Amino acid sequence: MLKRRIIPCLDVKAGRVVKGVSFLDHRDAGDPVVLAAFYNDSGADELVFYDITASSDDRNIMVEVVERTAAQVFIPLTVGGGIRTVDDMYRMLRAGADKISINTAAVLNPQLINDGAKRYGSQCIVLSIDARRTSAPGATPTWEVFTHTGANARSTGLDAVAWAVRGAELGAGELVINSMDADGTYAGYDIELLSAITARVSIPVIASGGAGTLAHLYAGLMDGGADAVLAASIFHFGDHTIAAAKTYLRSRGVPMR
Amino acid sequence: MSLAVIDYGAGNLPNVVRALTHIGAPLTVTSDPTVVANATAIVLPGVGATRDTMEQLTQRGLTPVIRDAIRRGVPFLGICVGMQVLLTDSLEFGQHECLGVISGTVRRFPAEDLKVPQIGWNEVYATPTLSNHPLYDGIPDGSDFYFVHSYYCDVNDPAIVAGTTAYGASFPSILMRDTLVAAQFHPEKSGAFGLRFLRNFVTHIAQIECEPTHV
Repeated sequence: MLKRRIIPCLDVKAGRVVKGVSFLDHRDAGDPVVLAAFYNDSGADELVFYDITASSDDRNIMVEVVERTAAQVFIPLTVGGGIRTVDDMYRMLRAGADKISINTAAVLNPQLINDGAKRYGSQCIVLSIDARRTSAPGATPTWEVFTHTGANARSTGLDAVAWAVRGAELGAGELVINSMDADGTYAGYDIELLSAITARVSIPVIASGGAGTLAHLYAGLMDGGADAVLAASIFHFGDHTIAAAKTYLRSRGVPMR
Repeated sequence: MSLAVIDYGAGNLPNVVRALTHIGAPLTVTSDPTVVANATAIVLPGVGATRDTMEQLTQRGLTPVIRDAIRRGVPFLGICVGMQVLLTDSLEFGQHECLGVISGTVRRFPAEDLKVPQIGWNEVYATPTLSNHPLYDGIPDGSDFYFVHSYYCDVNDPAIVAGTTAYGASFPSILMRDTLVAAQFHPEKSGAFGLRFLRNFVTHIAQIECEPTHV
């Protein structure tokens, strides 16, 4: 049986992991390669590096980080952040990334999804969507797509469900659905958002934003219909281990590796 | 022994090379038909589509030397699309001929009730062909390997199916015939058991001697 996946996500800036990782007392918890190896050993099914660097010099550092990771960690690695062209994709794929995650660049130029899928295959192209709820409480829920993840997020006027469907049609192989409302709240994924999208697309959906407990992971997978959960803080701060999360999910009947 | 890892532009070539390097396998990355013809063992990586892969292999003059090497019993490992192109033909982007060293057709997963592509970790179960074979040393039956594919190998001879995996129906995830091995999953991305699978191939199969080339 195909397993559901747990995917830790590391934010990397100028070659260092940001957002503290507090549980690795005697190891260099700022080194993405060390963390990648740690998560691999503890049962992560895949890894995501998200490059939050602005400058192109620092982008070259990210290429080295990916190369060093791919030489030591033999599970799928997705790289996102600042990828704007198929040539940017190529550099990361040559360095050892298995998949490329695109977000803002895909909204600005949807053809990038198609170009990337044609050149490298759909399995390489992950469309990441930042969505914020726009409907009034009690009304039929709707969500809008935002770009430029973070404090300077910009509205696009795009409906998140429609954009997810379009992304799949353009050739994305997977979707990451990040709820901006839930992100950082530790109150759980936006299950309505996940359900609305998993009901409409036939490609794998990865839930992101809001996980604070193991029960939230379960809800994202089983109630939201996600194929995988992306999580950062819940694991980085040592509140839960991936092994414990898998034991819990398995005990509730979720197929886990 | 040195593995010839065939370079025809496959996206996963660098990661296959990294994994083989990690386990200490001596290797040469090549697209030169003469080098492939003289190789004592061959690895054919692959990701993407069979049609494009066949075109890339044909352009480089590699299809006759791969067929001849397999006929001579040169130890061979095909990965993902590198497995699929061994079959008679494929229906991906229109029916087309493949290498034809294994009788069968590459077919798309039926889309009803299944997400296609299959992406993720899935269990591999050994058939009697594999269960006591050194290729499976140290790998518990039912271990998970990492799959990414929309098409699967529908083979005509059940005796060459060495491992099976269920996605909707059961499909062959490992094929084996003497020194010819092929995996639908990506051993280079399948963690410890994936590396073990590669090491077993290198240690137990790639060393087997074959007929010399006449090229």
